[in-house]
Amino acid sequence: MTTETPTAAPFQGGLVVRSGSRVLKDRIATVLVYLAFALAMVPLIWIMWTVVANGWDLLLSAGWWTHSQRNILPEQVGGGAYHAIYGTVVQAIICAVIAVPLGVFTAIYLVEYGRGRLARVVSFMVDILTGIPSIVAALFIYAVWVTTFGFHRVAFAVSLSLVLLMIPVVVRSTEEMLKLVPNELREASYALGVPKWKTIAQIVVPTALGGIVTGIMLGLARVMGETAPLLILGPYAAGIATDLFNGPMAALPTLIRENFGQPDPASQARMWASALTLILIVLVLNIAGRFVARFSGVKK
Amino acid sequence: MATITGRSELDASPSGDLGGTGRFGDRLFSGLATGSGIVVVGIIAAVAVFLIAQAVPALGKDGSNFLFDRIWDVSSSPLKFGIPDLLWVTVISSIVAMVLAVPVAIGVALFLTQYASPRVSRPAAYLVDLLAAVPSIVYGVWGVVYLTPFLGPVQDGISSALGWIPLFDNSAGTTGTIFIGSVVLAIMILPIVTAISREVFAQTPSTHKEGALALGATRWEMIRTAVLPFGAPGALSAAMLGLGRALGETIAISLILSTVPDFSWSLFSGGETFASKIANNAAEFDTPTKAGAFIAAGLVLFVLTFVVNAIARVVIERRKAFTE
Repeated sequence: MTTETPTAAPFQGGLVVRSGSRVLKDRIATVLVYLAFALAMVPLIWIMWTVVANGWDLLLSAGWWTHSQRNILPEQVGGGAYHAIYGTVVQAIICAVIAVPLGVFTAIYLVEYGRGRLARVVSFMVDILTGIPSIVAALFIYAVWVTTFGFHRVAFAVSLSLVLLMIPVVVRSTEEMLKLVPNELREASYALGVPKWKTIAQIVVPTALGGIVTGIMLGLARVMGETAPLLILGPYAAGIATDLFNGPMAALPTLIRENFGQPDPASQARMWASALTLILIVLVLNIAGRFVARFSGVKK
Repeated sequence: MATITGRSELDASPSGDLGGTGRFGDRLFSGLATGSGIVVVGIIAAVAVFLIAQAVPALGKDGSNFLFDRIWDVSSSPLKFGIPDLLWVTVISSIVAMVLAVPVAIGVALFLTQYASPRVSRPAAYLVDLLAAVPSIVYGVWGVVYLTPFLGPVQDGISSALGWIPLFDNSAGTTGTIFIGSVVLAIMILPIVTAISREVFAQTPSTHKEGALALGATRWEMIRTAVLPFGAPGALSAAMLGLGRALGETIAISLILSTVPDFSWSLFSGGETFASKIANNAAEFDTPTKAGAFIAAGLVLFVLTFVVNAIARVVIERRKAFTE
């Protein structure tokens, strides 16, 4: 191996001498990459600023968190978003009650049991479910719930269509976490004569629990912001409605939609305040989810 | 955001077949797990079956050609509905969104993986992910109230320079144009395209990068010769997944796009996508045939997104086969 230093190029402090055009290209690329990041931040800051500046006042007003819009005209100031917050939260919880067991068990199947063709098909279908547009999920539930069974458009049907959107989020995050559980834990459990199902239920899943909870929270955050299923299946109601199977029920996205159509300043203010409320709920779920992930995840 | 990267490899079994004892508990548990997997497959099958079953009778009563006639009138008798206009607006708005979003997303992904220090990169990545947490109706409202007036002069500028191309003709003077819809879609798909590109760029073998740097490459040359070739298939599939997202986006587009009586090839015209058409008319689903017409449109959208997503998955799977 020869270790001669090149003598042709004069030594200028660096190890390698780079021509001006190469350095220039490198500088341009650096500037462009930083610009791309700055550009991506523009809409985020703009939207957050807009929503906070326009919605903040009403959020602090009396009654926003405790009252509904019953008997309040579009041009009238007053009322609150309690009915819509209630609808959004309840519909999301009903959705989670169905989607979480299905999603977690599907992930357990994929990681612990699934081999061969069926596992491949299930995994592919979860991918397809990830990409399914929310409006298609809503149309599907409409085709089942309204056209086939002849039921009305109610909150429970909204929850059903949200299930389709939540399952893939739960499956993928749970799967990811189960794969991180060290195999030694499973083997140690088997060596002690613990049956497979008990190993999964008492060793594997508890070890991965933090990540699974994170996935559930991110899934909830996703379904709470969905509007398309509400347009197809969940008509808006101005008052507080608690019956999942009867009559319309408000939700935050439909409250925004409702006020969007009204030009009055009172309605516009309500629209921004509802948007801020929805963003706050989604953000809290997101941040809480990441917090759980950070402090209770499987340590590598 | 690992949940959307298509990490679905069924690799070497972590547990093998140890421990399965054939006891009641074991059979019950594996039955539950397998059953859930089958339910997921069943759901997709049911989506296809129900949409087809309810679209077909309506298609039979369609008084026009579903694929080629530019008409959508479901209150007439017989019903007349055709999809070419919807297809054009859906596809062109999503493609423009992809063209706008992908270069920025790749730039952001390079910034996060190759330029920013880990201390900056982590919170910066979180900020980009926040864009995905903004509900789409908020994008829609913001797009109408703030972005539309802001982009008006930009549209005028483009059309005064390139207005002779039908795609950039601005003579109709529409407010809520496809172009504005595309910009909003681009912002909405930016986080997903960034997240996946970021993940593949971060996986570039450090030996490749160090090799390039050791040969005297500048940082940009290192990226061009090591990072980009390695990450290109991943970035391509990220772009396709973003496209799939854009095709199905409903409420933001429905709020932004003005409906126009006459079809136009221009980006500066209004129109309706599959999703916004369905959403705008949701209140009208009073007869099964009428609903069937919209379900037929939804079915086309389902097939479209299915194909785009499947292509994205195939690209990612093939890359995996190549690198592992």
